[in-house]
Amino acid sequence: MSQLLLDVNGLTMRFGGLVAVNKVNLAVKNRQIVSIIGPNGAGKTTVFNCLSGFYIPSEGSVMFNGGEIAGMKDFQISRQGLVRTFQHVRLFSKMTVIENMLVAQHRHLNTSLLAGLFKTGSYKRLEQEAMDRAAYWLKQVDLLEFANREAGNLAYGQQRRLEIARCMVTQPELLLLDEPAAGLNPNETKELDELIIRLRDEHEISVLLIEHDMGLVMGISDHIYVIAQGTPLADGTADEIKNNDDVIKAYLGEE
Amino acid sequence: MQNSKFLSAIFAAGVTFVLACLMLGVKLNTEGTTLQVEGASTEQWTWIGLGIAVVFLSQLFSAQIDAFFSGLPKPQLAKVLPEASVMARLKPWLLAALIVGMLVWPFMVSRGSVDLATLTLIYIMLGLGLNIVVGLAGLLDLGFVAFYAVGAYTYALLSMYFGLSFWICLPLAAALAALFGFILGFPVLRLRGDYLAIVTLGFGEIIRILLNNWTAVTGGPNGISGIAKPTLFGLEFTRRAKEEGAMTFHEFFGISYSSSYKVIFLYLIAVVLVIFVIYLINRLMRMPIGRAWEALREDEIACRSLGLNRTAIKLSAFTIGASTAGFAGSFFAARQGFISPESFIFIESAIILAIVVLGGMGSQIGVILAAIVMTILPELAREFSEYRMLLFGLLMVIMMRWRPEGLVPMKRPHLELKQ
Amino acid sequence: MTETFLYLIQQLINGLTIGSTYALIAIGYTMVYGIIGMINFAHGEIYMIGSYITFIVIAGLLGMGMVSLPIILIIALIVAVIIASTYGWTVERVAYRPLRGTNRLIPLISAIGMSIFLQNYVVLAQGSRDVALPPQISGGWTFGDPSVFEVSFSYMQALIWVVTFVAMTALTLFISRSRMGRACRACSEDLGMTNLLGIDTNRTIALTFIIGAALAAVAGLLLGLYYGVVNPFVGFIAGLKAFTAAVLGGIGSIPGAVLGGLILGVTEALTSAYFPSEYKDVVSFGLLVLILLFRPSGLLGKPEVEKV
Repeated sequence: MSQLLLDVNGLTMRFGGLVAVNKVNLAVKNRQIVSIIGPNGAGKTTVFNCLSGFYIPSEGSVMFNGGEIAGMKDFQISRQGLVRTFQHVRLFSKMTVIENMLVAQHRHLNTSLLAGLFKTGSYKRLEQEAMDRAAYWLKQVDLLEFANREAGNLAYGQQRRLEIARCMVTQPELLLLDEPAAGLNPNETKELDELIIRLRDEHEISVLLIEHDMGLVMGISDHIYVIAQGTPLADGTADEIKNNDDVIKAYLGEE
Repeated sequence: MQNSKFLSAIFAAGVTFVLACLMLGVKLNTEGTTLQVEGASTEQWTWIGLGIAVVFLSQLFSAQIDAFFSGLPKPQLAKVLPEASVMARLKPWLLAALIVGMLVWPFMVSRGSVDLATLTLIYIMLGLGLNIVVGLAGLLDLGFVAFYAVGAYTYALLSMYFGLSFWICLPLAAALAALFGFILGFPVLRLRGDYLAIVTLGFGEIIRILLNNWTAVTGGPNGISGIAKPTLFGLEFTRRAKEEGAMTFHEFFGISYSSSYKVIFLYLIAVVLVIFVIYLINRLMRMPIGRAWEALREDEIACRSLGLNRTAIKLSAFTIGASTAGFAGSFFAARQGFISPESFIFIESAIILAIVVLGGMGSQIGVILAAIVMTILPELAREFSEYRMLLFGLLMVIMMRWRPEGLVPMKRPHLELKQ
Repeated sequence: MTETFLYLIQQLINGLTIGSTYALIAIGYTMVYGIIGMINFAHGEIYMIGSYITFIVIAGLLGMGMVSLPIILIIALIVAVIIASTYGWTVERVAYRPLRGTNRLIPLISAIGMSIFLQNYVVLAQGSRDVALPPQISGGWTFGDPSVFEVSFSYMQALIWVVTFVAMTALTLFISRSRMGRACRACSEDLGMTNLLGIDTNRTIALTFIIGAALAAVAGLLLGLYYGVVNPFVGFIAGLKAFTAAVLGGIGSIPGAVLGGLILGVTEALTSAYFPSEYKDVVSFGLLVLILLFRPSGLLGKPEVEKV
């Protein structure tokens, strides 16, 4: 068995007496699209917050690339190559699209004050590389022509795409997408669908996805996890999930 | 509809009356040991009445007034200036002309004007420094004056106790202010925005109280006087050299003594310092660190998710802003020749903040213009000087309501991509 | 009983007196923060205005030849509460309401502007010098051994304790029992949702400002009488202290504001008893910084969970 990219065991998150996430296990292999589904309030976003370091999990281990990341600070985790988007788009609205892309590459740039003030060779080279990478990814998400537009002035669908491009430009290995299709029209959802598949097939990264759009989830996922009330309910391929009695009950209620 | 409009106008007029009746209509007077009240003069009551009437009418006709103001065309800076491409070509020439003008100008005007210009330049420096912290990084610092004080006292004390020259102290003052910024920033920058405002305000007060009470070193409320003026490569601007064997400026060049040389020299130093600060900040804004400041202001959580270390970034903004204030402070001490804790009260912080807010948060040109307006206007309208702070406060409220982006909003840099 | 002990008792009495007025002002900060999440920087100025109004009314009534002190004080209290509340309401209406829902920094700057404006407005209207009111309430109880150290508890201090206690009780009853109080609590839980439920949130927020201002006016009356002087700048420092108290107790929590005020008052009294009194401000700000660092949610506040 090949090594898992992300291996989550017994992840538990408590807020006071409330158990929001209860012993969740997840496994993501290289070049895989994995989805987490579940009714509203099931604790999916809390799982993301634990994985990306916004919350420190109460219990459990999160192995990424063979190393423990539970308990690390958020910015350290993203530097390991695990980057996320948000349920509500979080762009730097007053900055231009290209500036958004450059900020995301902060850690790949020469941030030494003196190098920047004197425009040393290495500083200029790294800035240029960052610009090129930004241009490449803007092209991938069809935003190149808006490069100098303020991010806050983009249409909603474009903002969603920019958020994904901004993650990709950090050169991650695992991308966490929190309801990327929320608020998109069917056409945009289809484009998103294609984009995610391209990320896996052409750019060889893995995607962990939270999504309510079942068409999207069933169509692209290699593996699906179902969570209800913070507790794992089932996991398997799209077909297995579709025919799982527990899942049907959780979604449709008891007969 | 008309009726409710009338009622709300009556209500507003009533509120105005309640606000004004005792605070404006009656004045407290201490007569010997007893406290007496005296009513305002008829003239003052007339003013109060007029005020109430204005409030009443403006409420009654608020719809019409709003319509009138929205009908007015907004001043569009972009339309006044030539096109971007032309501007780009003209820019170096304009800058050169401006710099030459600033260098030649003091020889043609009065001493007082040059002195005022120097003061304006100090406020420009302070405004630019605070602009990094508030405008770019979005950290509301209400104790900025503390770093200004640190810079001023650094020079004054080093000069007094160790006889160090201005030029040596200038970087030292900036460094020490930066150190203070770092020490304060390290624990408090984790706090949320509004807590940060209060803590920095408290810090500013603490520095002032310490300066006031550490009499043995700082001279307490009496301050420090006789601070040495800067020299030009060792040439002093006094009538006679203070030190044995030293030469003064007019002796060296064989010209007759004039006290205005000193004033002009100080002005020129200020010009050089301001240009240096502008250049530095301009570079910073276009560097990764400058972009990170703004990103942090826009969305802290997104920054963290992208691998930006928010503490380090905030700390750098805070420290660099503080060092600018230290810079300005040591020059202030050198110019005045006298400093006391009186110069570093909260109101100074508020004025610097007002400059940043009025100019447009993040916008360097805006801050420079605002600093000029805020220092020169009170001089022009001296008879209204008692209304100065009142108007500052009012201006801050009005700007936030109608034009929070400031007079000259920040312009985004345009970056060309290779297609 | 030893002298040290009696001296300590005296400092505790003084500290609790000042502390209870800090608590009154702190409630204004805490309620406004609880409901709209902003620091009302101009709140200290409202307290200062309350003090001025008190002085004006007392001096005016005495000048008119009225002699009954209780009646004078009651009239002063009523007038001060009405006028200060009007100021509180107006500040909210003019400087904060139009800015609701904007970036956090914007109402904060507006509030600082309002604070500077009000301070200088009073300077222009009443002059910038101290105004002194001769003591109205003198005398008190003393206990302890006169040859060692006599602890005094003045009638004025007793009045402050009683009035503060009554005001707090009234507020607690109002918040927990009345309809408007329920609306207040609902708003501080979730403003948007409360609005959807058909409660006029604007009115509730305005009410919060009015209550805060009224309590600040009570503090203005009490402290004005206690110190016997007022100037346009007292609001600034008192506001800072009260804010410290609110944070200390846990901002958003009314019992927290009371506890914070009392702790701060006692700390200050003890500091100025054993160190040069100039340093009492340094100690209280130091306390604020320490609290924010180690327990940002204060003593009685709920810890905040970051929403991502």
